Amino acid sequence: MSTATTKDHPHLAAEFNRDEPRVNWHDETLWWVRAKRDIAAHKLPEWELLRETASQIKLNVLSNLSTYLEQFEANAIKNGIIVHWAADAAEHNQIVHNLLEQRGITKMVKSKSMLTEECHLNEYLKEQGIDVIDSDLGERIVQLANEPPSHIVLPCIHKKKEEIGDIFHEHLGSAKGESDPKILTETARQHLREVFLTRRAALTGVNFAVAETGEFVICTNEGNADMGAHLAEIHIASMGIEKIIPERKHLGVFLRLLTRSATGQPITTYSSHFSKPQDGTEIHIVIVDNGRSIQLGREEFRNSLKCIRCGACMNTCPVYRKSGGHSYHTAVAGPIGSILAPNLDMKKYADLPFASTLCGSCSNVCPVKIDIHDQLYKWRQVIVKEGYSPKTKTMAMKAMALTLASPTLYRMGGKTGRLVFKYAPFAVNNKLNPWYNQREMPKAPDESFGEWYAKRKGAKNS
Amino acid sequence: MSREKILAAVKFNQPTANPLPDMEVLNTLTDVRTELLAKYKTIATAGGSFVYEVSGFDEIKTILKNEFKPGVKIISALDELSDYIYADTVKHEDGHTFADVELTVLRTNLGVAENGALWLTEKEMGSRVLPFIAQHLAVVIGKDDFVPTMAQAYQTIGEADYGYGSFISGPSKTADIEQSLVIGAHGPRSLSVFILL
Repeated sequence: MSTATTKDHPHLAAEFNRDEPRVNWHDETLWWVRAKRDIAAHKLPEWELLRETASQIKLNVLSNLSTYLEQFEANAIKNGIIVHWAADAAEHNQIVHNLLEQRGITKMVKSKSMLTEECHLNEYLKEQGIDVIDSDLGERIVQLANEPPSHIVLPCIHKKKEEIGDIFHEHLGSAKGESDPKILTETARQHLREVFLTRRAALTGVNFAVAETGEFVICTNEGNADMGAHLAEIHIASMGIEKIIPERKHLGVFLRLLTRSATGQPITTYSSHFSKPQDGTEIHIVIVDNGRSIQLGREEFRNSLKCIRCGACMNTCPVYRKSGGHSYHTAVAGPIGSILAPNLDMKKYADLPFASTLCGSCSNVCPVKIDIHDQLYKWRQVIVKEGYSPKTKTMAMKAMALTLASPTLYRMGGKTGRLVFKYAPFAVNNKLNPWYNQREMPKAPDESFGEWYAKRKGAKNS
Repeated sequence: MSREKILAAVKFNQPTANPLPDMEVLNTLTDVRTELLAKYKTIATAGGSFVYEVSGFDEIKTILKNEFKPGVKIISALDELSDYIYADTVKHEDGHTFADVELTVLRTNLGVAENGALWLTEKEMGSRVLPFIAQHLAVVIGKDDFVPTMAQAYQTIGEADYGYGSFISGPSKTADIEQSLVIGAHGPRSLSVFILL
């Protein structure tokens, strides 16, 4: 289940690309979701105003975050909620474990929370002897497959129904060869109902936390967060510090944008507002920093903290669609993940800002108008300056800069290239040349534009 | 400890103040005179809800009697249905005992035309888990209880004090397996909406 890997994005993408029909299927499925997003967005004449408003609200949040966090905490406490603070992933995991241990709880049900993926909570709790079951269908599937989610909204988008059928046959006892999504979903329903009814603790994520009221909102289509939370004695909600919004009425902006951007639905089936615990039960909130306050201080990258985790930038990204979520080797994949991850570990994730064509499609669909592709470009500059870019790439770039700066070298290089293409094509058309993979090398012209122009000028003058 | 450390780091790193945007335009942009009921019906139906326009509770009972076999466990806090179903006080401690509830019928007075969402708070639910654990959910709403968008919905909710509330826009669903839409993930397999005319 560990996402730790020594392979970088190009290598992991190459592995994903070995099965070309699967890549095409993955690509088309995600593009279909992107197209549904477009239809939903175009139905609202005020769409662009909504995006701009959401972006401005989030900018206000970032500039008043310390005040809003204190306000949220005070109001949540007033509502009877217990608030914890975690500086990093380890502290978050420890807080959760302590809460369970104090109550002698060894089994927990958990709904989707990318923050707990980021903190590797499941692995940690497993080591402590705590059994965690993910209740979102997609997350349950990847959990049984011993894999991390490959997409923040569609965790098992990389899996075919036949593979899911095999997993369910092995773990949940469905009939061998059964791959009908309806029947598989029913199998999971029965299995997880039993889980919901027997777990004393439930952990959920948080989509939005309202400073003004101390309430928090969780959005699901399946109802799994609610099933878990309402049947448990203790509900633990994990949230990053950036989930704060100022006032309840601002939910009216974000809930209109979130699901339309994510899947093209006008809203999730359930948008649940938790304000106070039910009698006899407890709600705990763990507010997690884990590098976010550092990102807040990076002027060029702080806008990434506006993200509401809709996944639209992944669905539209030509690189994500064709390389798969796992190739990003981080909890949040795709364009947004590629600007969040280097903040946590610049060396480990130095490859991610380069996993982009910089086409800008991500920025165009982002519901809170994060300048994603600009930030990817800026991260590249930071990473090269800090010396974290791959050596071959740095050398190649230096050679290129030298060549472009000198007319002599430039002409010589061009001439050599054309000669090689003409007389020794095997020197470039081979597996040692990464450009040759999945590409035909171009035919080189006999002469350069410069040579042609000089000849033409000479002919005219004579 | 960590609280002070985090707040200090945030305070140090946050940018200079940016004002909140004006929300008035969004609040008033949608024409409230548009046919709200028709729009709600179209969108709720597309989202998998069954929408009925009814003259009163007698008609609701007739429809429910057709849909649900006698003898199944049906729970509601609505007095109007007390002769048809179990309508005793619902307490949250009973949460786990609702596991075999076939149908629950709840009342709301706020629906949203743009997305088919119905606002229900703990007060209407009786027990928070009820609208999730029941195999089927039915919600009764008045024809004048619809607003155009979420902007107006939150204006209506205002500063209401609730322990828990949820916008519910359809039956529980998932598309996690190859993006195939399946109704009835963990919550109700159907949502029937009765609009009182």
